[in-house]
Amino acid sequence: MENLLDQEFRADSFLKQRSLFDWTWALLVMAGTVFAFSQYRHLMDGFEIAILLGTGLMTVWLGWFWPSLRTFTLAVAGLSLFAISRYGMALSAADTNFFLKYLLSSQSAIMWMSALYVMATVTYFGHLFSGNEFTGKVAGNLAWSATTLGMIGLMVRWRESYLMGVDIGHIPVSNLYEVFILFSIITALLYLYYEQRYRTRSLGGFVLLVISAAVGFLLWYTFDKQAHEIQPLVPALNSYWMKIHVPANFIGYGSFSLAAMIGVVFILKSGAETGNPHGLVATRLPALSLLEDVMYKAIALGFAFFTLATILGALWAAEAWGGYWSWDPKETWALIVWLNYAAWLHMRLTKGWNGRPMAWWAIIGFFVTLFAFLGVNMFLSGLHSYGEL
Amino acid sequence: MNLAITLLVAVAIAAVIGTVLKQNQPYADYVLKFGPFWFEIFKTLDLYDVYSSSWFLTILTFLVISTSVCVYRNTPHMLRDMRNFHEHAHQSALQRLAHHAQWQSGQPLKHSIDYVSALLRHKRYKIKQLDTKGGLLIAAKKGAGSRLGYIFTHVAIIIICIGGLLDGNVPLKIAQMRGDIAVETRRIPASEVPEKSALPADNLSFRANIDITEGKAANIAFIDFKDGYLVQKLPFTIRVDDFRIEHYESGQPKSFESDLTIIDKNLSAPIRQTISVNHPFSYKGYTIYQNSFGDGGSLLKLALHPLTGADSKAQEIEAAVKEAHPIRTAAGELSLEIADFRPFNVNPDPTGVKKFRNIGPSFQFKLRKANGVAYEYLNYMQPVEQDGAYFYLSGMRRSPAEPFQYWFIPAGADKRPDRFLNFLAALNNPGRLNQVATATAQSTENSKNLPAAEQQKVAEFMIALSRQFTEGGNERISAQIEKSVPEAQRKQVAELYATVLHQFLINVYLSVLEQEGMDATQPVSDFDMRFFENAVNALSVAYQYGSPVLVTLNSFKHIEATGLQLTRSPGQWLVFPGCLLLAVGVFFMFYLPQRRLWVIIKPEGEKSSLTLAGSALRNRYDFDREFELIRQDLTQKLT
Repeated sequence: MENLLDQEFRADSFLKQRSLFDWTWALLVMAGTVFAFSQYRHLMDGFEIAILLGTGLMTVWLGWFWPSLRTFTLAVAGLSLFAISRYGMALSAADTNFFLKYLLSSQSAIMWMSALYVMATVTYFGHLFSGNEFTGKVAGNLAWSATTLGMIGLMVRWRESYLMGVDIGHIPVSNLYEVFILFSIITALLYLYYEQRYRTRSLGGFVLLVISAAVGFLLWYTFDKQAHEIQPLVPALNSYWMKIHVPANFIGYGSFSLAAMIGVVFILKSGAETGNPHGLVATRLPALSLLEDVMYKAIALGFAFFTLATILGALWAAEAWGGYWSWDPKETWALIVWLNYAAWLHMRLTKGWNGRPMAWWAIIGFFVTLFAFLGVNMFLSGLHSYGEL
Repeated sequence: MNLAITLLVAVAIAAVIGTVLKQNQPYADYVLKFGPFWFEIFKTLDLYDVYSSSWFLTILTFLVISTSVCVYRNTPHMLRDMRNFHEHAHQSALQRLAHHAQWQSGQPLKHSIDYVSALLRHKRYKIKQLDTKGGLLIAAKKGAGSRLGYIFTHVAIIIICIGGLLDGNVPLKIAQMRGDIAVETRRIPASEVPEKSALPADNLSFRANIDITEGKAANIAFIDFKDGYLVQKLPFTIRVDDFRIEHYESGQPKSFESDLTIIDKNLSAPIRQTISVNHPFSYKGYTIYQNSFGDGGSLLKLALHPLTGADSKAQEIEAAVKEAHPIRTAAGELSLEIADFRPFNVNPDPTGVKKFRNIGPSFQFKLRKANGVAYEYLNYMQPVEQDGAYFYLSGMRRSPAEPFQYWFIPAGADKRPDRFLNFLAALNNPGRLNQVATATAQSTENSKNLPAAEQQKVAEFMIALSRQFTEGGNERISAQIEKSVPEAQRKQVAELYATVLHQFLINVYLSVLEQEGMDATQPVSDFDMRFFENAVNALSVAYQYGSPVLVTLNSFKHIEATGLQLTRSPGQWLVFPGCLLLAVGVFFMFYLPQRRLWVIIKPEGEKSSLTLAGSALRNRYDFDREFELIRQDLTQKLT
């Protein structure tokens, strides 16, 4: 184990540990928050102002907690602002301006994101099979770039919706197309965090498989159904609750997907350890104890946010549908997902279940989650009929 | 604990059933879907309303009890454990822990103690010092939150379930079982609903709906219950002053709003309040939501154009939506029941150029015969373009389960249906037909040299043919040929008939054009020719339309109704705090893991011997790291 002694023993209170750079970061983010407030105050109600402030504080904290996120945020902010400035007040600039047309209009950025995620998946597997460190670094950078462009795509799309008309403008988390992008980004960020923390890139290919599948769906949805066109909000969605309910849900979905893919790796690895202990799979993949730990952490994080999202959903439902719980199919499936992971965590924490059964369970959990996310929209009708295929 | 998991699984299974089987549909739909046998079985199992069935509520109750017992049993020792430093741990026990280390130090005892205490405090441990037989013990712990997390989440689940049960319809079910209330299944005015199907205004918890027409007021609402409804009385009156739908430029709806006035005798002045989707209004614990909208009895001025019979004069009537009006037609007296009216219809544009377009007003109605059989119609009142020509659409279906089949009625150059109706009137007018048929017979190549009596026969044949066509389409003519002509000649005869019919219809059509004032010496324009083809197509299916009249709209006065939902849910004051507790508990549980450390410092002459041991309730991996850091620090500083 490396010696982190000095760095850690300075440990005082959390705030006293902050360096000058940390405070510069905080100042920058809060300045951005104040700027956004001064620009868009007239479009926001009290709750939305609170959400803006909360987002600012959260970003500061996340940047402190995970420094890579600062670079990411700055890149997204810089490039998004650049793209927005290229737009000026006319949506038509997307067809004439070079940067917008080929790189930064939301549609272009999202196409880049899609391509980069697929490339990153392939490169991660290349790294796994070759064991080449450099390939691993390239894969990591590809994943970061894809995530950055995806986030820019969402940011710019947000602005584009306002350019279509002030009353049409809304945060891009309102339909299946937009949330698929959100899902990809969040899953990737969660993965990248664990990649850094546990210093292993051998999981990348597996986790990015899910993202690549999401990208595949996204492309089909774009080209076959023209889903990328920005549509005005239906009255039921026109609420500040959407801004917190949807992202919280997708942190949940993203974490559960991550856990499931780690479950797959666990199954592969534990199978290989008995079957072929000197093979590639048994030697290159991380230790089983690490996999279990990450799987547990991902599910715990996902569960916490999914709980939050479901509660926020109930509060929203109380305001929009006249009751905090209506046994709407989406709600009910959210409950089923919640119960599933509650039982998983319960078994792990109180009964000490571990190993392959828990890995399989995490994988099955993914399919339950998938049904709640997509299946309900495809097969069941109800109040949540915003993301129909 | 296992019972709890079993119950959770049962809840999950019930929930799945409830989503797969669409809940709370009319019983008739279920009978159609499952047949009478399974319908009864599923009904007995309460599968049409799983979430308020007795068995589901029983599971929930058991869940609450089992969780309560769990909390009751575990909380005391968890609270004790939280406060406890486990300072009586023996060195031998500590050495058996997975995390432990032992080494010798030359530092003075005092310095060692101070350093260990300082380090652990920096790491945010709480510590306790104790002299024991085996030396000085420093016991440390942190992250008691995870224990609290357990208590919070479990208590939260109990609170949420109790709140949910309060707001469920348990009291209603009990009242119904005791026979205190009776479900009303008849469609009758609210004033005639018996007292036994009405709930008092002080009903603690309910969720009810009411449609109120603009300008009208109501002091009751309806609760859907089983296969009928109950009337919920309200302690105040709601008047709807206006209902509005605002639209985006593209035509999609942007907001639904109702201007309400609350009239309560306890109020000095009525409250005026606008509600919209996502912006309900609460008054005295009752919350009023914008839920839906519909027609509130719009007044329509309609024209009934006869499609059959010699009398072609249109009748004009005034009719109100949701009412039945008797009408006289060539086929006897019918009842015209208007179901719905929409002042405009914004539909996805099939051409895809503009995303949405308005295709004008529409109204839906039933024509009911004396024997009770009714066909349903949906008429759009603006012509729709198809392949460059304009058509009026009139949909027809024989039962609500079918989709509408549309009759495409060609519109004239003035975008009105008059020319088609005139054409049809001409075909229904015996005098007119006779005149045109005689003229056709006299002018046609094949018959113009025949004697007058023969010509008359040709004319009569044409009329008979056109009648067959208007009354039964091409199918009727084909059937006639099949019956009377030997097989070998059928094809030839069919072609001949088609030519004769076509020539005759053209001549009737030309007579209509002349009647419109068109110059008969000029060649017929492309538009008029195309119109003729479309009109013949429309005529060929007219017999399937099943109505003796075409109903068109002359003008309307739109009256809307807003659909309000009213709720009273005292359970939310348990559910929401419960949710907060749950959220806090979950984060506590996962992110404040409990950790314990013990350091035993035992003087051995000049030196001292140190033992470090630790244990963590969860997150072993993270604890490995922390323990290792502390071990490295201590072994380096205290040597």
